[in-house]
Amino acid sequence: MSRSLVTRRGLLQGGIATAGLALWPASGAGASKPVTVGFVYVGPRNDYGWNQSHWVAAKKIAQLEGVKLIEQENVPETAEAEKVMEGMIRHDGAKVVFATSFGYWPHVLKLARKHPDVLFTHIGALWKDGDPKNAIGYRGYMEEPHYLCGVAAGHATKTGKIGFIGSKPLYFIFNNANGFILGARAVNPAITCHVVITGDWNNPVREAEVTQSLIDQGVDVIVANVDSAKVVIENAERRSIFSCGYHTDVSELAPKGFLTGAEWNWAAGARFVQAWQTGGAYPNLLRGGFRQDMVALSPFGASVPPDVRAKITKLRQGFADDSLKLYRGPLKDNEGNLVLKEGQVVANDDNKFKLAVNFLVEGAIGRTGLKK
Amino acid sequence: MTPPPDLGWAGVLVALVGGAIRVSTPYLFVSLGETLTERSGRVNLGLEGTLVLGAMSAYGVAYLSGSPWLGVLVAGLAGALLGLLHASVCNLPRVNDIAVGIALFLLGTGLAFYLGKPFIEPRAPRLPSLALGAWSGSPQVRAALEVNALFLAGAVLAPLLWWALRGTRWGLILRTAGDNADAARALGHSVGLTRVLATMAGGFLAGVGGSFLSLYYPGTWNEGLSSGQGLMAIALVIFARWNPLACFGVSLLFGAATALGPALQSVGITAYYDLLNAAPYGLTLALLIWSSSTRHALVGAPGELTISK
Repeated sequence: MSRSLVTRRGLLQGGIATAGLALWPASGAGASKPVTVGFVYVGPRNDYGWNQSHWVAAKKIAQLEGVKLIEQENVPETAEAEKVMEGMIRHDGAKVVFATSFGYWPHVLKLARKHPDVLFTHIGALWKDGDPKNAIGYRGYMEEPHYLCGVAAGHATKTGKIGFIGSKPLYFIFNNANGFILGARAVNPAITCHVVITGDWNNPVREAEVTQSLIDQGVDVIVANVDSAKVVIENAERRSIFSCGYHTDVSELAPKGFLTGAEWNWAAGARFVQAWQTGGAYPNLLRGGFRQDMVALSPFGASVPPDVRAKITKLRQGFADDSLKLYRGPLKDNEGNLVLKEGQVVANDDNKFKLAVNFLVEGAIGRTGLKK
Repeated sequence: MTPPPDLGWAGVLVALVGGAIRVSTPYLFVSLGETLTERSGRVNLGLEGTLVLGAMSAYGVAYLSGSPWLGVLVAGLAGALLGLLHASVCNLPRVNDIAVGIALFLLGTGLAFYLGKPFIEPRAPRLPSLALGAWSGSPQVRAALEVNALFLAGAVLAPLLWWALRGTRWGLILRTAGDNADAARALGHSVGLTRVLATMAGGFLAGVGGSFLSLYYPGTWNEGLSSGQGLMAIALVIFARWNPLACFGVSLLFGAATALGPALQSVGITAYYDLLNAAPYGLTLALLIWSSSTRHALVGAPGELTISK
């Protein structure tokens, strides 16, 4: 019996947020064929961050029946990525390749055309009509767990000031910031959030400096959307403030101040492996939140009281059954412009709206720097 | 947890002072090391690699042994080894020290990345710090004046080296080798040996500077840790006119420049944050242009340096 990581409901609902739907042309549908699955990481897989979130998924996928896992770390987003994936396909017989870094996409497209019998997944959700059918883009709505982190932050903060550290000025970073702020202000509308963009995916010195400065400004809950939140969380813990995690479970870095964290559930990609094994259908483009089981929440830290835990768990259920919407009117941005009118609601899987987010919601101190 | 008072703009000042103290130590150690090396007549551009290798080895040794100070020592020794390699290769006839330095830069970072893989996840014990701000009622000031022993060591080392270069026999030999190799030889000193020792000492200091990065602030090991601080420190030496005392001041300036962007963004000044975050790099460029103008160029530069010959 294969340990299925995909619920039927999740799969059906996944289809809703889906563009193309392809069918894997394999014979003997229903039986699980043995398959070699390759994971390619851009950095070390134990980084307490982005790469680790994929490694966690790889370990889960390796437990599927008939799956043999091969991995390669520190593969740059250059022609080197192509060589590594090609090697996995030719030498190890990999039939499903997880390309876990954004810049791998052009290489994935090239290889997908060259190897039509291999299934490629990529984390950017960049697939569009005309791209090879054996390429897949998938990605989680991290703004949903950030909303829940925001609720935890809203209950934890004593100063009414929280902080969001972002790496690059990109739409999904701002969605996460908005989620965090909306969650906190759902608890207390007076809360303000400093939004600081470091400009780099990985710049430990600047991340530490930003953390120190934010704490000096009175911020007492911080979440960091950088490659690895380790530096920020450790610095926050040292100065006895609260922190939320990102990418993967980092609770052990801050035994005192950790609240909860926003995690990817890349193991949702198991459905693609199973589609290859059984000749089943799979979407070429998949975005989802809690409802599609593509994001997760870290275990609560010791400082989160039981009533707050219960409240957050209930809100998570709201995302899962789609009764809770992240963006709903009336909603103002932090420059006073009305984004959504009273009664206007944005569906949680409204990709068009979310991909175009170039504003910070009311309560944010900072700016996106993006053109509006 | 009582909410700290809102400092507003004063907060930026506190952040700059705090940032200068927190961030300057690697700059200080690398620049002091490079000053020694350059005063002996060699340029070691490999110190960025030494810094990174020092950071990695310090973290690894501290994690495995449980003693951060042992990590600092090993980082220094690793740096001295790279220095020995640089100096020995450069002692061969017709070898360009700049080219060797670049090779060692790549070797040092490459070696650190390769050997450092297993140490990205584990958490090493951290170097202790002294609470010099305990007198203050303000938590921000207390945090800013949380000073690491390595910073204090650097602050003591700078005047010590300044005095040693000026007032001791060793300093005189070093400077002679750096200003006029023929004169040093005529006095019966081995120029090669002097430079080997000076480059090793420089490497040792740069390695120790690296250990500060991984064992204190920001206090982790990963491959993006240095963000070019070793290279900037080499440029800083030129601005500091090969003077250890000036190295201390300029290192503080670079630390403050690094803190500028984050500090302004934290108070809500978010315009041009990308430019402000680039302040240390901009400062490096400005200083280099300033110090290479015809009016300032080579004042105080050791005469034997490849760049001044």
